[in-house]
Amino acid sequence: MSEEEDPLLSRTSDPERGVVARGLAFIGLAMLVAPLLLLTSSGPSQAAGLCLPLNPETGAIGGTIGDRANPIADADVTLTKPDGTTDDETTGEDGKFCFNDTPPGDYSVSVDPDSLPKDFEIVPPPKALQGPDGGLKVTVKVTGQPTGATLTVRPKGFSNSTSNWDEFLQSAVSGIRLGLLLALASVGLSLIYGTTGLSNFAHAEQVTLGGMVGYGLINVAGLPLFVGGLLVVVICGFTGWFQDRVLWQPLRRRGLGLTQLMIVTIGLSLAMQYSFQFFAGADTKRVIVARATVRHFGPVTITDRSLVSMAISAVVLGLVGFALLRTRVGRATRAVSDNPALAQASGIDTDKVIRLVWTVAMGLAGLSGLLYALVVNGIKWDTGLQILLLLFAAVTLGGLGTAFGALLGSLVIGLVVELSPLVIPGDFKYAAALLILILLLLVRPQGLLGRAQRVG
Amino acid sequence: MDDIQQILQSMMREAVSPTTAAVALAVIGLNIHFGYTGLLNIGQSAFMLLGAYGFAIMVDQGHSMWLGILVGLLLAFVFALVLGVPTLKLRGDYLAIVTISAAEIVRYVGRSVGYEWLFKLTGGAQGIPGSHYRGPFSDLSFFPGGDTVLLEFNYHDVGGGSTVVRLVGWVVVIGLIWAAVRIGRGRMGPAAGGARAGILAGLIVLTLFGLFFLVPVGAQNTGVNGWWYTFVAWVLVALGLMIVLGLTRSPWGRALRGVREDEDAMRSLGKNVFAIKMQALVIGGLFGAVGGMMYVLPAAVQPDALGRNITFFCYTSLLLGGAATIWGPVLGSLIFWVGRIAIIGISNTYLSSDNYINIMNGQQTSQFAFIVIGVALMLLVIFRPQGILGDKRELRFNV
Repeated sequence: MSEEEDPLLSRTSDPERGVVARGLAFIGLAMLVAPLLLLTSSGPSQAAGLCLPLNPETGAIGGTIGDRANPIADADVTLTKPDGTTDDETTGEDGKFCFNDTPPGDYSVSVDPDSLPKDFEIVPPPKALQGPDGGLKVTVKVTGQPTGATLTVRPKGFSNSTSNWDEFLQSAVSGIRLGLLLALASVGLSLIYGTTGLSNFAHAEQVTLGGMVGYGLINVAGLPLFVGGLLVVVICGFTGWFQDRVLWQPLRRRGLGLTQLMIVTIGLSLAMQYSFQFFAGADTKRVIVARATVRHFGPVTITDRSLVSMAISAVVLGLVGFALLRTRVGRATRAVSDNPALAQASGIDTDKVIRLVWTVAMGLAGLSGLLYALVVNGIKWDTGLQILLLLFAAVTLGGLGTAFGALLGSLVIGLVVELSPLVIPGDFKYAAALLILILLLLVRPQGLLGRAQRVG
Repeated sequence: MDDIQQILQSMMREAVSPTTAAVALAVIGLNIHFGYTGLLNIGQSAFMLLGAYGFAIMVDQGHSMWLGILVGLLLAFVFALVLGVPTLKLRGDYLAIVTISAAEIVRYVGRSVGYEWLFKLTGGAQGIPGSHYRGPFSDLSFFPGGDTVLLEFNYHDVGGGSTVVRLVGWVVVIGLIWAAVRIGRGRMGPAAGGARAGILAGLIVLTLFGLFFLVPVGAQNTGVNGWWYTFVAWVLVALGLMIVLGLTRSPWGRALRGVREDEDAMRSLGKNVFAIKMQALVIGGLFGAVGGMMYVLPAAVQPDALGRNITFFCYTSLLLGGAATIWGPVLGSLIFWVGRIAIIGISNTYLSSDNYINIMNGQQTSQFAFIVIGVALMLLVIFRPQGILGDKRELRFNV
């Protein structure tokens, strides 16, 4: 291939076109919202089976035994009222129970262990939430909304008969799974940071977008999984191309500072989050409703979906790595990442490289979101909000702007998140990941794979 | 007209609400961080949350309110030190990532149910209900009982509250604001000195009277969200403004701007940049803590209510009003929260009703407001990064 024909290495860089019409930049938003219109058809359809208070003076306690994928029918749920009397209810086909005549007060909800399928037991609630009889303490207030009672079911002997080692293995596999999914998104985040210097706070919303578009295409529109998945990547990649075309490139040309750009991404992330909620509602959307098949490998239990997702992530990450190391485009990307001015001077069309990086990064983020939705059984408007910091932690941990650092950082963060509940309470797992990040910055501010340099 | 009056009514209630003042306090703190010193602190919500926890937990556990306030401030102080030591020597984006991460850690710890002793203090995600710590503060009130409408003498009393009276009133109020802006910019009246300040103050007072005349607000004197809460909150804002005014006009204030503009130059002048940044981080954080206490007084301490989005709203308010200005944070917070209520009110009335256009349901209107806010934040930063009051020359903020 001769250099003149290579679009990324054109010797003559584009002459500065004037500032693109301001208004154009904001068609980008319409663009972001467009795929969501797919979702509106699904509307609020979950009205049936809702647990609502009997009358305005009472509250209601509702919940599901098992999860929505595997509900447990015919479980006997006992409600102990503040005055000590009890009330019983048996869960239906959908595993749901509902006590809708509960005046405000402290209640306790428990499940008769004998009514559960053999091999299953209820996870004892944390001490702080335990009622006097060991049930789950639920405080009812009159809000017109049901109070959720979350009782989790697990296979019997989950923690007792399994050794620490088995538990460790299981968590480590989950950690690698999470790490690979995070890596798909964080490699793109890191490349964007490397080539443009921008910390993109809206990146995690692109992950949500992937899951949401997947829900729209596969669940609502009924496309086959792999066709839908491919389309998700294409659509998300296009949003990246389009965003750079109408928003980021014009802003770069205007010379907007990095801090301002970062705040623009914060605005974008807010707008996207609430657009998801506006169009898709606040509940969890599931891409595939069917139950996942479970496989056992020695002590490790894993769903087929997770295995395929991990394989896809690994292959895609391998391809990205290969492209970065071995192709001209990849070398150009690394050059821009290293020193944009020098890259430009040596004939690389940095704008084209950055455009490509945006496209690929958003495509990867979309894929990550779709796989995330498949693996953890659903996607919500604020899923991105939850993983944004994990992404940032991964990218910073690995070294800001280094693609392979992001991969390593993601795996570390994934493992920390899944392994930390073995030693500390489960609701500290995200905090643990962020704490590790802060501690690492103390001793090695350039990150694991970053080059030591003055950073301040 | 009744629809509009109702929307204006809810806007006015939001404008005087202690919550708005509380956010304004936090934004004043953020202005010290971001506007004057150039520190990209994306964890202001954690300062608010720590202040709120310190105060609420101490009172909830039976200690005095003053001790609670002290503990809240102390928590914020320690938090600022913990954040500052590892990051203030690094590039600005590290501070951004560490502050937002630390803020999330605080929130996760607050909503945790993992340790019983901790849960007993914080109440997990449900938080601490306001009734557990509100008492001592309400008891301080020297306002008489009962309700008060501001103003007692309002548009109802003139011509039976006819539309014409209200329209004339609005024309007058808008005229007053216009005149105040003209004088404020030195385009009209005396150019400087006491006369100008006097006229300005007079105009502002008249405008306020006009607004309360047109949109009277009624509330309890001491109850939750009553006038006592409003009074204390806005007095605190006024105190905060005076402190910032004093600080920024001092040599120390000039050092802050120096750090923002060029750290290396400051270093070569022999200034201890790290110490200056740390002082700014602590002082801004203390403002955040006071804002947090005020924020939870009429409500409850819920960790998720003081999450990342509050920080983002603070940034929107700050940029709207104008970073590195004295009045910017207050003006920005007022416009932000009142504007949000206006969007919700308008979309509730006109976009989600069968009388007009029905394109969204009741829940969607508040989401719609946040979408508008997100887009507004983008447009603002792109087209008017200096905000309403800011000076573009001063504001080349950059990491």
